[in-house]
Amino acid sequence: IDDFFTLKNIVDSGANVAIVGGGFLGSELACALAYRSKENAKNGKPSGKIIQLMFEKGNISKVLPEYLSKWTSDRVREEGAEVVTNIELVDASLQEGKISLSYIDPKEPRKTSYVTTDHVIVAVGIEPNTDLAESAGLEIDPDQGGFLVNAELQARHNIWVAGDAASFYDIKLGRRRVEHYDHAIVSGKLAGENMTGAHNPYWHQSMFWSDLGPNIGFEAIGLTDSGLQTVAVYAKGKFNDEGQKGDSDGNREQKDAVPISNSNVLKEKTSETRPTTDNKNAYNKGVVFYLKDNRVVGVVLWNIFNRIPIARKIIKDQQVITDFQELAKLFNIHQD
Amino acid sequence: MSFCIKPENGKDKVMFLTSDDLSSPSTIKLKDDEQFDPWEQHGLVLPNGSINWNCPCLGGMASGPCGLVFRRAFTCFHNSDANSKGSECFTEFSSLTQCFAKYPNLYGSKNKSSTSQPTTTSATTAIADALSSQT
Repeated sequence: IDDFFTLKNIVDSGANVAIVGGGFLGSELACALAYRSKENAKNGKPSGKIIQLMFEKGNISKVLPEYLSKWTSDRVREEGAEVVTNIELVDASLQEGKISLSYIDPKEPRKTSYVTTDHVIVAVGIEPNTDLAESAGLEIDPDQGGFLVNAELQARHNIWVAGDAASFYDIKLGRRRVEHYDHAIVSGKLAGENMTGAHNPYWHQSMFWSDLGPNIGFEAIGLTDSGLQTVAVYAKGKFNDEGQKGDSDGNREQKDAVPISNSNVLKEKTSETRPTTDNKNAYNKGVVFYLKDNRVVGVVLWNIFNRIPIARKIIKDQQVITDFQELAKLFNIHQD
Repeated sequence: MSFCIKPENGKDKVMFLTSDDLSSPSTIKLKDDEQFDPWEQHGLVLPNGSINWNCPCLGGMASGPCGLVFRRAFTCFHNSDANSKGSECFTEFSSLTQCFAKYPNLYGSKNKSSTSQPTTTSATTAIADALSSQT
């Protein structure tokens, strides 16, 4: 909390801030700080430049499929932050009271670019502290890190692990390690139950969420690894070019003004009609399904809310899905 | 009209569907739920009539060092049929207040300059809130 207040004062003083890292923390900060800096400027207060740098091609790329990740980066830019993607940070130095960050585009390693800023926030992820494993003789997961525990969160007799540091066996989705708030709550409770004699495996899927400025928010559940195959359904309608308003009350229901034609026939277009990242409203609202062997293992609810229970049920059922239009119907994506 | 798109790498498929495309009932049948899921969100009272101690409406009071004391007091209150609800639960509530006083860091009032009263008030408020949110 102290860090938060320190940062708030820094931004309000008009200092320039650079954020290194394209994940949840970095992206949320980029949007929040850029927004605040813009508001400060509007009110005649000191306002600094906010820049976010990342190795990946777009924001939240570990979760969002590439096209959506890049589209999100454009939205973060609209919030007022400069977003520099696809770069490798190679040096940081202090020069005349300012920080100089140098980076390269790995495809042009001879060319070095620079960014000068007053403060740098490093948000490049965390590693679980498994020091205890050595002295206690506990197993560590070499792939995901963390203490290796079974489906009941047990490491060994009388030892359970919950939260970020637990690599556990999810009976539906396989071995995982999850660094989210709701998982900490769910796994903490489960470990507690099991410590007192229950023998329950982890099966209730925890969820997570992120809000990137006032216009983008999403909730997610299950395995949402962007490396998986994904199928997404976005709401299409005859609405004017209007970004989402501040709060959810501002969402307008999409009204289809065009007479109904054979709208049930899906036409598969060729690859020349790629989803364009400059189409501001293309991915305004929708649902992304993450698949393993044609079964849904994860769902991202993109700018639609209060539908996690449906997603949880679909993941729990693990049915083979062939028709995603039918699956999407369960989410009512055109409504708030 | 709706369409779908497959980007170059073919991995991430995208569909844009209108509300008409999605209007008819889905043909996907979800499986019947086998059992009562204790993890799902329930209100204050569970289907079997017992109190849901995990209800967010209880503000976490049913957990922690005073959790059991709270449960006794709240159960008494919940079952009370007196005109002034909970009036016969004085013993349980004063045990609760005593417990709160032992852990000021956890159960202290947010308003630091207040008198000792607010601790009781916040607990009672929580209970009152919990009951008014019960549907």
